[in-house]
Amino acid sequence: MSIETLSMAKALNNGLRKALADDPKVLLMGEDIGPLGGVFRVTEGLQAEFGANRVIDTPLAESGIVGTAIGLAMRGYRPVCEIQFDGFIFPGFDQITSQLAKLTARHEGTLSMPVVIRVPFGGHIGAVEHHQESPEAYFAHTPGLRVVSPSTPHDAYWMIQEAIASNDPILFFEPKSRYWPKGDVDTSAPGIPLHASRVVRVGTEVTLVGYGPMVPMLLQAAEIAAEEGTSIEVVDLRSISPIDYGPLVASVQKTGRLVVAQEAPGFVSVGSEIAATVTERAFYSLEAPVIRVAGFDTPFPPAKLEAAYLPDPDRILDAVDRALAY
Amino acid sequence: MAYTAATVQLLSETGELVSSALSEPYLPIIENLSDDQLREFHRQMVVFRAIDVEAANLQRQGQLALWIPSLGQEAAQVGSGFAAKPQDHIFPAYREHVVGRIRGVDTIKIIEILRGLSHGGWDPAEHGNFHLYTLVIGSQTLHATGYAMGITLDGRAATGDPDKDEAVIVYFGDGASSQGDVSEALVFAASFQTPEVFFLQNNHWAISVPVTRQSRTPLYLRPSGFGIPGVQIDGNDVLASYAVTTASLDAARSGGGPQFIEALTYRMGAHTTSDDPTKYRDDAELDFWVRHDPIVRFEAYLRSRGADDAFFAELAEEAHDAANDIRLRTLALGVPDASSMFTHVYTEPHSLMQEQQAWLEAYEASFEGGAS
Repeated sequence: MSIETLSMAKALNNGLRKALADDPKVLLMGEDIGPLGGVFRVTEGLQAEFGANRVIDTPLAESGIVGTAIGLAMRGYRPVCEIQFDGFIFPGFDQITSQLAKLTARHEGTLSMPVVIRVPFGGHIGAVEHHQESPEAYFAHTPGLRVVSPSTPHDAYWMIQEAIASNDPILFFEPKSRYWPKGDVDTSAPGIPLHASRVVRVGTEVTLVGYGPMVPMLLQAAEIAAEEGTSIEVVDLRSISPIDYGPLVASVQKTGRLVVAQEAPGFVSVGSEIAATVTERAFYSLEAPVIRVAGFDTPFPPAKLEAAYLPDPDRILDAVDRALAY
Repeated sequence: MAYTAATVQLLSETGELVSSALSEPYLPIIENLSDDQLREFHRQMVVFRAIDVEAANLQRQGQLALWIPSLGQEAAQVGSGFAAKPQDHIFPAYREHVVGRIRGVDTIKIIEILRGLSHGGWDPAEHGNFHLYTLVIGSQTLHATGYAMGITLDGRAATGDPDKDEAVIVYFGDGASSQGDVSEALVFAASFQTPEVFFLQNNHWAISVPVTRQSRTPLYLRPSGFGIPGVQIDGNDVLASYAVTTASLDAARSGGGPQFIEALTYRMGAHTTSDDPTKYRDDAELDFWVRHDPIVRFEAYLRSRGADDAFFAELAEEAHDAANDIRLRTLALGVPDASSMFTHVYTEPHSLMQEQQAWLEAYEASFEGGAS
């Protein structure tokens, strides 16, 4: 074991540095990622270390970033694109969903598309419009893409390296609200594979599941519930496409109750998908309907209202109470 | 929008070499061409036109869901296609069937797309670096630009050895010129000084909308705003297409940065077989372009260089045979196994693919000999 205590932003920075050092075909591309180190400083120092041909400040054009990354991948490179904020990904939506996602299939196996698209996402940072969104469901819905989201510095350090090593395109959603809190990173081993989910707290009465920024909220809720005498199990999904249902279904078979939580709007969302699939696979174990806790189906509100919009431990515990009432 | 004072033309409309201030820089390039090479240009244009007409017939007979004619655009495509060197990479739009043939893509691969059997499927590395078609208008210009950025990063342009230098040529149309991706590609190409030629076939119509709705300025002037030189050519003159593309690719390969060619041509047929140009085009315009048919013009030039009736008769027979061959092979195409749709969505295992493929196979098997 080799433990370092790092923020997620620094863990990502270290993971990117290692990927750049390990494989000369890895490139970083994005807006302001060079001398500035990105608006969240995730790429800080990397251009100075690896040069402007490996860490490329691009023109301000998201479709251009993704579209040229596709061409670079065709040439044998492994581009890692940074989209500056969640709400700015949509100018690149065609290149991601109609081009990047389909090119492997269209080449019938003779070409792979090892492109990673890093997306700082989610709320809790008090920012202006288009800077706090959670667009992951659009991409999980698109065949040909993989979608992951780390919740801890340890996972961030390893998952970014595993995503870069994958030959498939990966949307890598980084929870902005978790960039700064520190955690232990074991730099000697990842622990589990990129697309595996994990039970992060053991309990017996209700299962809570989420990913990325929601996981610490779920753990807080479980802690509060424990003080009130309710035993809660928490599953960190880590991967949204594909979803590793094994640990989740096993947990629900044990507890009989599931609450799924996310910052994204709930309608036609990752939470909806989980509710449907767990109902299919663990129907006879369920003591209550699967309950979703999500952002409201409104545009992300002005920042002073975000506390009312985003799920918090109280809203999660309210859902736990409803599940236990059946 | 026909020819302008800036249009580079090497072969007059009656098939004679043009000596002008605009043509002079390019004439040495075609002086190097042998009679065999010139006849090969013509052969590709004539044979493909026959295949093109036959494929449209196949669509009318219900054998293809769609056909995308390139009738009238053969010179722009054949000239530029032959200008590319083997090491160059070609990013087509979706109408450059004859460029594909020149680079080794059998037209049956295009037929497979339009018969609903594939979405492409050829390996560019095994087919003359001719990349897959892109149906979302203009998207491929960014792929081409990224690829060209990769050539620069690899140090494979401006090496000082013209036989090793690589470049990219990307095809798009007058309609695509309005797409944001095309502007972004020009920005990236200029910023990174990519070894790349943007080849715009202005065939004057984006389905039913005339080029005047796409641009109020001649399209060859547009790249100058991006810091990229542009040149307008007579796209129905195969020699102009060959010579100007050769010069542009040479400039791109040797470190001159991106280049831009607007080839004035005309889609003599429909946009696709789903289109009906009689609803929006007038006869006078079509008549003008029929009189500027690239094949008629080049035949006159070849005759002036000594090609005889026997050559053209033999070529007509070859074209007829090629059309017949594509028909027979189209009718013989099989349908892929349904489970193949899961095979290449990802390169590495993905649980949904595995589960759904297994489900489909079990579902289909349940009908074989099962009680009902």
